[in-house]
Amino acid sequence: MKELRQVGRSVTKVDSLSLASGKAKFTDDLLQGDELYCLLLESPHAHAEILSLDASEAEALPGVVAVFHGGNVPRVLYTSAGQGNPEPSPYDMVLFDNRVRFVGDRVALVAAETEEIAREACAKIRVEYRELPANFRPERARDPQTPRLHGDQAFMPIEELPYRPEENVASEVLLTIGDPDGAFEESDFVEEHSYSVQYASHAALEPHTSHARLDPMGRLVIHTSTQVPFHARRITAKLLEIPVATVRVIKPRIGGGFGGKQEVLLEPLVGLVTWKTRRPARLTLSRKEVFTSARTRHPMKVRLKTGFLKDGTIKALEMENLMTSGAYGPHAMTVLTVSAWKCLPLYNKVENLRFTGHTVYTNTPVGGAYRGYGATQSHFATNQQLDIIARTCGKDVLELAKSLHIKEGETSPVFEALGEGKGGVTQTITSCKLSECIDRGAEALGWYEKRDKKLRQGSWVRGVGMAICMQGTGLPRVDLGAATMKMNEGGSFNLLMGATDLGTGSDTILAQIAAEVLGISVEDIVVTSSDTDTTPFDVGAYASSTTYVSGGAVKRCAETVKEQICEVAAEMMEVPREELIFAPGGEIRHPGSDKKVSFAEVAQYTLYGGTLQQIGATGSFSGEVSPPPFTAQFADISVDCDTGKIKVHHLVTAIDCGQPINPTLAEGQVEGAVLNAMGYALYEEYRFNKKGGVTNASFWDYKVPGPMDAPKITTILVDSYEETGPYGAKSVSEVPMNGPAPAIANALYDAAGVRLYHLPFTPEKVLEALKKEQRGRAS
Amino acid sequence: MKGSFIVNGLPREWEFPEDMRLLDLLRREGYTEVKCGCREGMCGSCCVLLEEKLVNSCQVLAASAMNREIRTVMGLSEGEEPHPLETAFAEAGAVQCGFCTPGMILAAYCLLKENPDPSEEEIRRGLDGNYCRCTGYVKIIEAVQRGARKMREKEVQE
Repeated sequence: MKELRQVGRSVTKVDSLSLASGKAKFTDDLLQGDELYCLLLESPHAHAEILSLDASEAEALPGVVAVFHGGNVPRVLYTSAGQGNPEPSPYDMVLFDNRVRFVGDRVALVAAETEEIAREACAKIRVEYRELPANFRPERARDPQTPRLHGDQAFMPIEELPYRPEENVASEVLLTIGDPDGAFEESDFVEEHSYSVQYASHAALEPHTSHARLDPMGRLVIHTSTQVPFHARRITAKLLEIPVATVRVIKPRIGGGFGGKQEVLLEPLVGLVTWKTRRPARLTLSRKEVFTSARTRHPMKVRLKTGFLKDGTIKALEMENLMTSGAYGPHAMTVLTVSAWKCLPLYNKVENLRFTGHTVYTNTPVGGAYRGYGATQSHFATNQQLDIIARTCGKDVLELAKSLHIKEGETSPVFEALGEGKGGVTQTITSCKLSECIDRGAEALGWYEKRDKKLRQGSWVRGVGMAICMQGTGLPRVDLGAATMKMNEGGSFNLLMGATDLGTGSDTILAQIAAEVLGISVEDIVVTSSDTDTTPFDVGAYASSTTYVSGGAVKRCAETVKEQICEVAAEMMEVPREELIFAPGGEIRHPGSDKKVSFAEVAQYTLYGGTLQQIGATGSFSGEVSPPPFTAQFADISVDCDTGKIKVHHLVTAIDCGQPINPTLAEGQVEGAVLNAMGYALYEEYRFNKKGGVTNASFWDYKVPGPMDAPKITTILVDSYEETGPYGAKSVSEVPMNGPAPAIANALYDAAGVRLYHLPFTPEKVLEALKKEQRGRAS
Repeated sequence: MKGSFIVNGLPREWEFPEDMRLLDLLRREGYTEVKCGCREGMCGSCCVLLEEKLVNSCQVLAASAMNREIRTVMGLSEGEEPHPLETAFAEAGAVQCGFCTPGMILAAYCLLKENPDPSEEEIRRGLDGNYCRCTGYVKIIEAVQRGARKMREKEVQE
């Protein structure tokens, strides 16, 4: 393998100093002060029909410019999911409906000269509701007597996908391989447990925000905090019934996304206001609104049944997932699919399996994309089951995991069976260092010194647990990334990419890939990303795709540019191009004659007096496969038997993400995901009142881990090389979200002999389980 | 109402409503390095130094900051040269989305002023009140240690 100079180096993130010094601009930092202040009126009811809406008093208020609602905005069905076109999510929403389906649903939008006037106007909108029976329980959603949320006009834009609004079924995934029923019969043991995971907020520190204005040519320009600028452009144009060419979407710096901003929420609204009033407009969600009316992690109930032999061989696996979509169905099909597709192939030696998945509508907040995207939900169950199997068989769980997991050269029928609406893609694993991850992680944690030791200190008892996980890397033959490069005078380059840097560092690592191809440094490349007018198409930052898909595009693009440079250099030196070599630092040499030209000379020659051409190219890439990254994740915890409180000492992640393009940034992705996952495991959850309203929609009441809560976090990037990825890279950002919760669950069992199946592990739940266990032992 | 402020060493005179928060006034006047994450006094993104004390500017009435010295992260650096903490955050990989970073750096600055060589535990305590959702705080703590070293070295040189 060629020696790498730029890839594999922890280059300082290109935007980090400008961010640290406060100079970099986020969406709201670009406000000009002349924007109309927009405010949403939200539903106080979980389910109601709007009998009438009278905005006349609000409109009459001085300073109110417009009020939009179901009575004056065209009903265009769409999904807010920022996915490919057509989206594999049901078209079950309109901008403003005559029915509200959850507390926080949109009723109207006020645009006013000031915030104070907008608030006053919102209070003056008279809405007459007829309350409808609401359902908050997913297990009741399909009962015939349960109220239906949709069904009038809602439809699935990809016809072959199951969608039955008449049953509150937003999606269904069914898969059977082999003969699970027969195999359960033949098993020595059958374990069946029901697990559940809860609602959670992405809690990106920058709330959702967008603003719009008309440019001098009358085009609609939207600055927005989005992961999907191109989908935002398309969906906004569609809802406003204007050509895509009329809309420009720009993503400035963005304060985190984690999936929450893969949703087109505010762009159509500010677009609507500006398009109709011809005035600039802004809309920023409050933290409360981010919790209640933006998107969440889909809660899921996972029933997992495994049949296995005394030696730990799993004969049959049956997983039944019931996913809560909430009131609408963005990502209803894809998150459900991923809960099988990015989990079950890990156990590819299981010949008999059945997956039954349903996503159902309930009158609760709306689920969406969230780091881990369904895989998090399923891995929570499979990893506890793995621990149960190991203990039942008296096996070392690490050795059992190593024997069970998918290996290089192997495949899984699940890959072929499931996909994003078009069926799956057959793929063979070309890189998997999971066994090594297990060994390295165990060593870093001190696994064998702590496992089964139940070390006590006062009322605290210590335990360790492990989880193995996989994810994907982009969506094969679905996700597209593109990049454009051009050479400038002086020999520098512009790199223009649709790819969306969410703080992940993609601007940096993609520049590293281009720099590697051309033998230059990142400083020689000026990066521009995420502007639908100036950068080429990219589906956006989701599905763990950017490094692989956008990176693949950048590599192709840079390679074409390199070819062009080579051709010009050959002409300049009057030597055959095949004999040229690229030396580091932007120099082309002809070893036979000692002739050489620099990139600066090539640029001069092409732009002035020589070939008279712009050196430049556009490269596109879409994966043929989705090589999974793998993690082995470990938790070292203590539990206080008097209070039920869990203290996490150490979380270790050993990850196979292929060749990390930038190790420091790759570690950062893991560390952030791990702490987010710890919060999810221990305390992050939505609480509801009886009417379906969220009662903890604030950072005061919804706990996000702070610096004092963070345990020691260790990340090990295991040597790996994925041959289909740019310079051997796979994805990194999502997979580490999956393991901490089950690893903590397994550690809790190791410490205290209690198994908790329902997240989060609050002290109340842990204490109750401990008491139950003590009572069980006493009797 | 009308009031005078000293922001990053420069005198300012502004008209503002009496119930306006310092956060909103600063942002209105172009100090966009002060970020708004929650408006609830919890996340620390809007931290500024008020008379060299760290405050959440979303919880401070602008009127109460009149005639007082306010510093944002922009006021830490001298001229074009970035502050050692800013460089340290960049070098350590402690800046992901960067939304929390200006507030985080001010919190670190306050800590290091009191305690130039803090332990890891002291750093965590010093940053408590500033959320970061991207980094897991690992590289932020490294950055504060690195920044502390840089500041101590600078002190010695001067």
